[in-house]
Amino acid sequence: MTTITVTVNGKQYTSDVEPRTLLVHYLREHLNLTGTHVGCDTSQCGACTVHMNGASVKSCTVLAVQADGAEITTIEGLAQNGQLHPLQEGFWEKHGLQCGFCTPGMIMAAADLLKQNPNPTEEEIRHGLEGNLCRCTGYENIVRAVRYAAEKMAAVPAD
Amino acid sequence: MTTSETMFGRALKRREDPRLITGRGQYVDDVRLPGMQRVFFVRSPYAHAKILSIDTSAAESHPGVVKVYTAKDLPATPVPCGVTIPGIEQKVPNYPMIASERVCYAGQIVAAVVAGDLGTARDAAEKIQVEYEPLGVVVDVEQAVAEGAPLVHDEIPNNISFKWNLSGGDINAAFSEAEVVVKQRLVNQRLIPNAMEARAVVGYFNQGTGEMTLWDTNQNPHIIRLLISMLTGLPESKLRVIAPDVGGGFGSKIFLYAEQLLVTAIAQDLLVPVKWAESRSENYLSTAHGRDHVTYAEMAFKRDGKLLGLKVKTYANMGAYLSTFAPLIPTNLYGTLLSGVYDLPALDCEVYGVVTNTVPVDAYRGAGRPEASYLIERLMDLGADELGIDPAEIRRINFIKGEFPRQVVTGMTYDSGDYEGNLNKALERFDYAGWRQKQEEARKNGRYLGIGLACYIEACGIAPSKIVGTVWGGGVGLWESSTIRFHPTGKVTIYTGSHSHGQGHETTFAQLAADTLGVPYENIEIVHGDTGQVQFGMGTYGSRSLAVGGTSIVKSAEKLIEKGKRIAAHLLEANPDDIEFKSGSFSVRGSPDRSKSIGEVALAAYVPHNYPEDLEPGFEAQSFYDPTNFTFPAGTYMAVVEVDPETGNVTPLEFYCMDDCGRVLNPLIAEGQVHGGVAQGIGQALYEYAVYDENGQLLSGTMMDYAVPKASQIPSMTTDFAGVPSPSNPMGVKGIGEAGAIGSTPAIANAVMDALSSMGIRHIDLPLTPERVWKAIHGK
Repeated sequence: MTTITVTVNGKQYTSDVEPRTLLVHYLREHLNLTGTHVGCDTSQCGACTVHMNGASVKSCTVLAVQADGAEITTIEGLAQNGQLHPLQEGFWEKHGLQCGFCTPGMIMAAADLLKQNPNPTEEEIRHGLEGNLCRCTGYENIVRAVRYAAEKMAAVPAD
Repeated sequence: MTTSETMFGRALKRREDPRLITGRGQYVDDVRLPGMQRVFFVRSPYAHAKILSIDTSAAESHPGVVKVYTAKDLPATPVPCGVTIPGIEQKVPNYPMIASERVCYAGQIVAAVVAGDLGTARDAAEKIQVEYEPLGVVVDVEQAVAEGAPLVHDEIPNNISFKWNLSGGDINAAFSEAEVVVKQRLVNQRLIPNAMEARAVVGYFNQGTGEMTLWDTNQNPHIIRLLISMLTGLPESKLRVIAPDVGGGFGSKIFLYAEQLLVTAIAQDLLVPVKWAESRSENYLSTAHGRDHVTYAEMAFKRDGKLLGLKVKTYANMGAYLSTFAPLIPTNLYGTLLSGVYDLPALDCEVYGVVTNTVPVDAYRGAGRPEASYLIERLMDLGADELGIDPAEIRRINFIKGEFPRQVVTGMTYDSGDYEGNLNKALERFDYAGWRQKQEEARKNGRYLGIGLACYIEACGIAPSKIVGTVWGGGVGLWESSTIRFHPTGKVTIYTGSHSHGQGHETTFAQLAADTLGVPYENIEIVHGDTGQVQFGMGTYGSRSLAVGGTSIVKSAEKLIEKGKRIAAHLLEANPDDIEFKSGSFSVRGSPDRSKSIGEVALAAYVPHNYPEDLEPGFEAQSFYDPTNFTFPAGTYMAVVEVDPETGNVTPLEFYCMDDCGRVLNPLIAEGQVHGGVAQGIGQALYEYAVYDENGQLLSGTMMDYAVPKASQIPSMTTDFAGVPSPSNPMGVKGIGEAGAIGSTPAIANAVMDALSSMGIRHIDLPLTPERVWKAIHGK
């Protein structure tokens, strides 16, 4: 067992983990943050995407011990003060989800995309989300949701 | 008939989304119970082998292991096939839930390890020694039926589980009259459904109450409860199956698999909660695959393009065993749709259900209908090409026109449709003529654009019991049920036997009920997916939820309103026959000021006093609705692709959908269903293929090797709806869950062949990968 200290959604945790524990399993099994999902075992699907020190990572490809000292944001921590993140709002408004399983990872990946490119074209969104698979929506409404969020975030600059 | 007051037709955003976009959904793998143990299944690495011995001793002594199971430790429960097609001989191999003597596909379960955490269970599983004696393997259907092929099951000669025929009209006359016959061998390749949530089961047997609870990633929990009850003897009253938030199904979560039975047995044995959650690679080796047909087809035409007849011989790969609904898919869900939207005078269809050493094949989005649609629409294009007629024109010549309902050569009676009108609208809105011009201009610049169209039809609203249960051989009827329960405060809970695993029933069913009951949408809650709460249900597949489950809600509402009239009559001191109900209000005919709202009636029903003797308290109604016919959604899909002759790469550029799904309850959701279906259909056309090697090893065994389409591989889509109401149900709805996956594959394939036609290429089998297209172009 190894002891790690991780800040997740603003709250600090100190835990003993097996060195082989993946970050996604740490979040789900140890912290009971089950919003982050596991959709594959080869880092293809992106359902497990979270933010580590501000950048999106596939949490199935990070060991929990690598997150020692890091700041993690999961889907549970994205809404602030009861206000949905513009992406969460966009996915809701534009029907960007059906079964909802890929959605947390998709939203976290899209948040990182918008951080790097606040005004992406449709093509840039489609390429930017290549690491996240969705089987329900055909991506059409996901693209619309990300555009919605981009426009909303442009209209109200982050403080 | 949408008005400002009705909810029907409104693009409401979904009420299930807030929990799902904030990470507060509850999927089966999210279920945490005190003392819960993890189950890991040991699976055969061989596609076909005798099991000589299994040594579990090292695993049993592995630290942290609770118990190791092999067949000798568990009841000999079979995984059932739920379909016996009448009038034919159907050989059903025995499918043990855990193999003891022989394994027939790579992935079949031979042992189970239980430990406190998954890592420990997996570590211990690696210490289990299984001695196998490999046997001959067949994976290809045509090789499987060849003389001398290894037998998957000794009791199934030639590996043919069943042979099924469907014919109509005079096929010999049709072909002797023919002026042009097009022939083609078509492969409808094996696909993996790939719901983003893989399967999982949590089981807990409460020794105190004797109740077994299963949380199961499933589309029809009551069917699972029924089958497990029948197989294990656990009474339904002591077995609760909960399918909470389910992360997509596409058919693959309909079935009863070995794992649900094994988790039930292990939970009963250990008396602690146990969880099994499959990995993606495990999902590929254990969850039912889809499609996998090899077909020889001939279509006969007159010189003027008039269709005369269709001969079809299909070898359907069933996999190693017959899964729950498997025999229905390549027979009654396939052959019966082979008339398409066309006036086909004669049909002869012969289907062989073939067993091979592969994962069992069962329903996957569309289930039989995509295979039929692909076949017809490819052959129509081959016919058009041969006859020198435009693809749109040859379809127009052959459409079913005139009066509906219309019985076609397959025996199906189409409910309603305007196939020519649908095509004409699609051609205009898509600007078919404009695209033909652009195609010509692009050719001058050395670019190969292709335009493809497909006019699909499907049978949805899968019920009617009379047909499904008896003629088709389902053995059980496929109605749907609902209960509407008014609470005294006027709030409403509706229990439906339909199941949502992404379709949004919590929203759409509440919309429907709000109109019917005249109650605010916000006051209605939909409950589904729990046998402990919902009376009974047949679940969701075959685009049946709204047409069958939704109609059941309308029928329950009608019953409730009848009772409400009697209560209102009592409260208003009027005759029940004089009470009218409109927009949530009961009033006395001719005196609209004398009225009671449905909420007031509900309260009165729960606090009755001075009630007439014949009036029961309470305000709740239940109905079981069984339609008299299927619904027949149809439509025209159009695709533009560009083929790069240097690389063989196909880029889909535009995709247009014109769907007739009857009346549309929620356009936002209907459109989303089309988008998702189209992406899966494009996946089949261009990317996806479950490939086995000759030893029965699944080469496309992970998401690295199986190409689930990415956002950048799917074009932007335009959707349109031009509905002709269905007379099969009072709402006039038809279903939209599968359409996208049915119409899009042939549209894309036809577009690719259109792009390549100047090179003399008439057909390439799916998926149209760069390698296959390049080889066709370069004559390899």
